[in-house]
Amino acid sequence: MTRIVVAGYGPTAHRFVETLLERGFGGRITVIGEEPRPAYDRVALTSYLSGTGVEELSYPAPAGAVTRLGVRVTGIDRAGRTVTLADGSAEPYDVLVLATGSAPFVPPVPGAEHAFVYRTIDDLDAIRTAAKDATEGVVVGGGLLGLEAADALRGLGLRTHIVEMGPWLMPRQVDEGGGAVLRRHIEALGLSVHTGAGVQEIVTGEAGGVTGLREPDGTLIDAQLVVFSAGIRPRDELARGCGLEVGERGGVVVDAGMRTSDPAIYAIGECALAGGLVYGLAGPCFTMAEVAADRVLGGAATFDGADLSTRLKLLGVEVAQFGAMEGALDVTYTDPVGGVYKRLFISDDARTLLGGICVGDASPYGTLRPFVGKPLPAPPSDLLFSGAGADLELPGDAQVCSCNNVSAGRIRTAIADEGLTDVAGVKTCTRAGSACGSCVPMLRRLLETSGVELGTALCEHFAHSRAELFDIVRVRGIGTFSELIAAHGRGRGCDVCKPAVASILASLHNGHVLDGERAALQDTNDHFLANIQKNGTYSVVPRVPGGEITPDRLIVLGEVARDFGLYTKITGGQRIDLLGARVEQLPEIWRRLVEAGFESGHAYGKALRTVKSCVGSTWCRYGVQDSVGLAIALELRYRGLRAPHKLKSAVSGCARECAEARSKDFGIIATEQGWNLYVGGNGGFRPRHADLFAADLTTGELVTTIDRFLMYYIRTADRLQRTAAWIESIEGGLEHVRQVIVHDSLGLCAELDERMRQHVAGYEDEWRATIEDPEKLSRFVSFVNAPGVPDPSIVFERERDQIKPAVVR
Amino acid sequence: MSSWVPVCDYGLLLPERGVCALVDGRQVAVFRVFDGSVRAIGNLDPFSGAQVLSRGIVGSREDEPTVASPLHKQVFSLVTGVCLDQPEVVVPTYATRVCGGRVEVRRDCSGL
Ligand code: SRM
Ligand SMILES: Cc1cc2nc3c(=O)[nH]c(=O)nc-3n(C[C@H](O)[C@H](O)[C@H](O)COP(=O)(O)OP(=O)(O)OC[C@H]3O[C@@H](n4cnc5c(N)ncnc54)[C@H](O)[C@@H]3O)c2cc1C
Ligand code: SF4
Ligand code: FES
Repeated sequence: MTRIVVAGYGPTAHRFVETLLERGFGGRITVIGEEPRPAYDRVALTSYLSGTGVEELSYPAPAGAVTRLGVRVTGIDRAGRTVTLADGSAEPYDVLVLATGSAPFVPPVPGAEHAFVYRTIDDLDAIRTAAKDATEGVVVGGGLLGLEAADALRGLGLRTHIVEMGPWLMPRQVDEGGGAVLRRHIEALGLSVHTGAGVQEIVTGEAGGVTGLREPDGTLIDAQLVVFSAGIRPRDELARGCGLEVGERGGVVVDAGMRTSDPAIYAIGECALAGGLVYGLAGPCFTMAEVAADRVLGGAATFDGADLSTRLKLLGVEVAQFGAMEGALDVTYTDPVGGVYKRLFISDDARTLLGGICVGDASPYGTLRPFVGKPLPAPPSDLLFSGAGADLELPGDAQVCSCNNVSAGRIRTAIADEGLTDVAGVKTCTRAGSACGSCVPMLRRLLETSGVELGTALCEHFAHSRAELFDIVRVRGIGTFSELIAAHGRGRGCDVCKPAVASILASLHNGHVLDGERAALQDTNDHFLANIQKNGTYSVVPRVPGGEITPDRLIVLGEVARDFGLYTKITGGQRIDLLGARVEQLPEIWRRLVEAGFESGHAYGKALRTVKSCVGSTWCRYGVQDSVGLAIALELRYRGLRAPHKLKSAVSGCARECAEARSKDFGIIATEQGWNLYVGGNGGFRPRHADLFAADLTTGELVTTIDRFLMYYIRTADRLQRTAAWIESIEGGLEHVRQVIVHDSLGLCAELDERMRQHVAGYEDEWRATIEDPEKLSRFVSFVNAPGVPDPSIVFERERDQIKPAVVR
Repeated sequence: MSSWVPVCDYGLLLPERGVCALVDGRQVAVFRVFDGSVRAIGNLDPFSGAQVLSRGIVGSREDEPTVASPLHKQVFSLVTGVCLDQPEVVVPTYATRVCGGRVEVRRDCSGL
């Protein structure tokens, strides 16, 4: 049995192992990683500082491989085909794969030992700790990673400087003109940029702590924290130690099959020198991993270099570069006021697109990158200025996803053969779009050009998305569906747009859901304020805030169920479901509930369902906060709030998480200091764990944050889009939401707060209001011309001592 | 016996919503559609076997008034009774008229 040993456990190693297993490799795989945790998505590393958990960054553990974590490979015995490990053990191999990645380059200046680097989770933990005692920070290096690190320091609340040796920022991706525009953007954010500068020494004070950074010209920048991000060096020390060929400037030399100078040893990822280059981007590293896996399995795949195009949004500024950075001809567009710089490079016959640079507006990137090396699809000025290109037909061999090396042709075939209808399908089927995500707009276009309708139009009656309609209703102050459809739609509406608009109206105007024209818009559930069942009866799910209920009330529920002959069941939401009520029974059931101090609850409306809770600190020996008290307060605050989809929540009293808060739209977990808020969780057909949004909040801070989160969701999400899907679809993701809600980047917070205030103040028990209004009450009959007659088609059988529907035709 | 059965006051019908009436023991779903006229079809949802069509959302497809089943949202024409999502499925339609402010449904339905 072939024994494969992989040295290093980063993203490349992970992809290698995953590919081997996917393709049915039957031998033994051992992966040895020096970091104390399994491989994680380094590309998304920075999100760790804003709360993304290690588990979320981690790749799923490959079942079928042995992983040895927290132990370094120290040597290779090529003759004995064995690697030795730092713990003194050894692993024999038939095939060895080096996937040791690279290490940040730290220039040998005095004081360098006090500086930090930015590559691993441990590095970020160290930076976060040090930032607590610092007010100013310096990042050495103004390239892609340096700017990312600078943004992180800024996010940690430091006044941040960037020191770049080159004459402008991101010299490897943009030219001088682009660098100048980029600099203005970055400075406008309050960061200081020092270009053409270097490091003489890191200055320390008497207590030994860092006090600043001295440039070669003597300038001193005050700072208590210094991060080096001035390039990477391949980790080729194992290869050097055993005499494998390495490049002059580092990197393990490999052939096109990723084999080193020893045929039993491969090198892949950032430690490899392939075709004379070290690749510092995830996409090419993944391709290398796939090539090596293919070779190990006896294939003949080759790595023929890779596209180094980049598109990123750093500090809110879009920067993109694709193809060549020079050409015989070029077309440049500069808008210093708007902060936009775009330049295209073209062959001397003005026919072929060679490359381009964009700063401030990267929209040409998606459309034009696939055309590099191909005839220009339109006159260059159109491509740059008018946003043309949206309907360009992509050649089949054009690479659409550079992270995963997927061509337009491959995607089109997948769409046709697998009958894919959405971006998610394309992602699972081809992997395109599953890494950095920058190709997703292209995937959408390919779906559209393949005849899949993805439009955001709500239905045939409105050409707008839900979010657009929300804004129209809000800005124009529209109060009824009729007004809206007359001015902004066509026809008379349907079961899609009517409930959606009803929900928007409910979010923007208080008032009963059955008032006036609004009654007609509601789905049958909202129209009858209960949830329809398969035989036309309804269920009633009384609200039990936080799941806390007194024995007396429990008895009332039993009595109501018994007296009306209902089926009872404990739900998954810590409530009791009473099923099988006929329309005309509903008001009577509510009356009994109201008398006993209950209200019916939403098991139907696109509104808050339940806030589950665990027993919490009142009883539980582990509890650190009163989870029940908070859950009740939150359920009462948000009950009745209409939203694009249902909202669920839970509060756990400690990290053991008995309330399963992380599977909720907003979940709260108690900490010693207060509350951690998680958002975007989902059970259901596509489970997703919620992301940590803010930590150690006081109850007041928590409530304000949830208020804004919910209101921003209500305002911008699509119809029937849970918060999980919303966060994934919104541009900028969770970080954008955090900027809006925590940092008020859109200046919206006051308005969101006010809307929630109105909701809370205007709340009324809609079931009680219905039984108190004779006109509304009159609708609760089975037959308009025989109000006392129950529907004879509703017949029950018995099962386990309770009723169940027997449908007769 | 008259062929028209009075059902309820016209004023009781909410615009673009339905009610259910018992007509000779049969359940008839009666709707007031957008132009103010009254339409009636059988209340039985042929897909689920439940008597629920009167509780669906009223709307339009192109210019045809429709109702969507509240259970699984299949859309039926209120003019022809044809299920627009699956035209081989048809529900009965009933003639209606408004007489002296009263809505009346004709006993004999189409198709059945
Ligand atoms: C009663 C209950 C099952 C039970 O007996 O335990 C239930 C019953 C229904 N669920 Fe549920 N869900 C119930 C807990 C859940 C849970 C668990 C939870 O909330 O802790 C989940 C997974 C968690 C989640 O939502 O993220 C769940 C995921 C769904 C989904 C899938 C949602 C998704 O995002 O994928 C639907 C369909 C939908 O809403 O579109 C659904 C829809 C429904 C509907 C409303 C379907 C319908 O329209 O007829 C059911 C009607 C209940 C009724 O008539 O009373 N139900 N449903 C639970 C009510 C809890 C409560 O007290 O409110
Ligand atoms: C902050 C940041 C942002 C980035 N953003 C992007 C981006 O937007 N787009 C993009 O394409 N790329 C980006 N990258 C680069 C991308 O992360 C790398 O290309 C990718 O991680 C390379 O994977 P790798 O597995 O080859 O190396 P690494 O990720 O470095 O993994 C190598 C692993 O091997 C371990 N190791 C090393 N030596 C030994 C040994 N002797 N024994 C045992 N274990 C060992 C290391 O500890 C490490 O865990 C970013 C990188 C960083 C740091
Ligand atoms: S989550 Fe913690 S406090 Fe709540 S019941 Fe579980 S162990 Fe106790
Ligand atoms: S280009 Fe990064 S995921 Fe497709």
